[in-house]
Amino acid sequence: MIQADLTIIIPEIVIAVYAMVALVGAVYTGKDELAGVLTWVTAGLFVLTGFWIGTSGEGTNLAFGGMFVDDGFARFAKVLLLLSAAAVLMMSQGYMAARGILRFEYPLLIALAVVGMMMMVSAGDLMSLYMGLELQSLALYVVASIRRDSVKSTEAGLKYFVLGALSSGLLLYGASLTYGYAGTTLFAGIIQATGDEVSLGLLFGLVFMACGFAFKVSAVPFHMWTPDVYEGSPTPVTAFFATAPKVAAMALFARLLHDAFGSVVSDWQQILAFLSFLSMFLGAIGAIGQKNFKRLMAYSSIAHMGYALMGLASGTVFGVQAMLIYMAIYVTMNVGTFAFILSMEKDGQPVVSIDSLHLYSRREPGRALAMLILLFSLAGVPPLVGFFGKLYVLRAAVEGDLVWLAVAGVIASVIGAFYYLRIVYYMYFGEERDDQLDKGGSPVLYGFLMVSAAAMLIGVVNLFGIEAVAEAAAATLVN
Amino acid sequence: MIGLEHYLTVAATLFVIGIFGLFLNRKNVIILLMSIELMLLAVNINLVAFSAHLGDLVGQVFTLFVLTVAAAEAAIGLAILVCFFRNRGTIAVEDVNVMKG
Repeated sequence: MIQADLTIIIPEIVIAVYAMVALVGAVYTGKDELAGVLTWVTAGLFVLTGFWIGTSGEGTNLAFGGMFVDDGFARFAKVLLLLSAAAVLMMSQGYMAARGILRFEYPLLIALAVVGMMMMVSAGDLMSLYMGLELQSLALYVVASIRRDSVKSTEAGLKYFVLGALSSGLLLYGASLTYGYAGTTLFAGIIQATGDEVSLGLLFGLVFMACGFAFKVSAVPFHMWTPDVYEGSPTPVTAFFATAPKVAAMALFARLLHDAFGSVVSDWQQILAFLSFLSMFLGAIGAIGQKNFKRLMAYSSIAHMGYALMGLASGTVFGVQAMLIYMAIYVTMNVGTFAFILSMEKDGQPVVSIDSLHLYSRREPGRALAMLILLFSLAGVPPLVGFFGKLYVLRAAVEGDLVWLAVAGVIASVIGAFYYLRIVYYMYFGEERDDQLDKGGSPVLYGFLMVSAAAMLIGVVNLFGIEAVAEAAAATLVN
Repeated sequence: MIGLEHYLTVAATLFVIGIFGLFLNRKNVIILLMSIELMLLAVNINLVAFSAHLGDLVGQVFTLFVLTVAAAEAAIGLAILVCFFRNRGTIAVEDVNVMKG
């Protein structure tokens, strides 16, 4: 019995054991000298585990009496977050080593956070949900403030910690009410207890938990930590925050809503539509005045989470499929964009001001072109892949009878296009300035930027076949 | 006779006090940590009360998990706070304002 359970969670065990052994090993041997090696080894382990999970898993397996669920949906999210975490680790190695902030704890904390995320997307019980979420969050609080001697980094860590703990508290209060009124913490039991008519206590539990998740995915009105944390954290950490944790939180949100409250879609549909509407507009409008590229990306991610929530709000299989496709595209675009931000340097010092990009295309036509493609894709300009992501969620919203939300999404994406296109304008038609960026840069970052931009073009053909995979994944979740 | 409602009322009151402590406090970051702890403990009261009411042990197991995580969370919060204090020389909430906009 226990043997069968353990076989199902082998990927998580491998990464957790690796992180703990490497942590103790590095403390007793080379410490920070090993940091570079550990970063690459951790990234390699993520890629291997990702392929392993992607190719070997089959069917729906329950472990520990339903507390841990390994199904197509979980595997899709796990592959996505493992690969994005690996990409971010590979991108951060050179940047952090050059600035002397690459500590051996960094890749290992990321590994622990990833274990937490894998727990989250596989949670089948309020307890495993909470433990996964906290494992992720506690590791992320520390990586946000990994630059211990910087006021900005520690302030970002402090803000993230306080607001993250508040959101965990809200989530937990909701979980306790749900437990009390459903009589069980298992999702399978909660959905039976709710039936077709949700009781007031369960409704309160649902709303509190939704608030907690809205914090984690940085949906408005619970977004206020995002710009500050994105700006203050070291850029590789920001790149990480913008990718894997968002996938995990969104997948967990979808799982909770469909597995535990799937019989009362109309009750949570309005909450999600409301969150989605506000996020799209605040993300689009808030970014307009930003000069700091990282802050701009924070508002951009708020807006993108709004679109992903739109897919979820439709409450259908197609909605979950649209959300998964949207998240996969979003992560790919963000990896490329952050590879570019990481390579922005002036005299060896990192620069994050978008003013430094004036006439960038004259010096680096290749990079500027890749960035143009990525920014157009982020804005959702056809025929790039980003447009198809938006198309999917808009279709899902229309099918879920949320036409007003789809219309609002189109309007918000037009507003949001302004600040992406402004960067393109600076790069191609800006003015002559003397604070221009250095040429060249790390080949790794160049590679990620180019691959990501190429994916935005080539993916137009068939989205790399992700559609069918996402459909199968969504079908295992919604029933 | 003290029933489930009384426990739930106490827990809800403590939870709200915790939230207000987070938002209204303008003095000291330590008070934020105390407010967070208050929220988590309010949840624990909820869980134990429900557990006793339902005659189901799961709620108490959940409480133990929450207690453990709360301890880890407080440790990490204090560690970040110490780093922040070294850089900034203050832990007043109104001084956590290098980044704005």
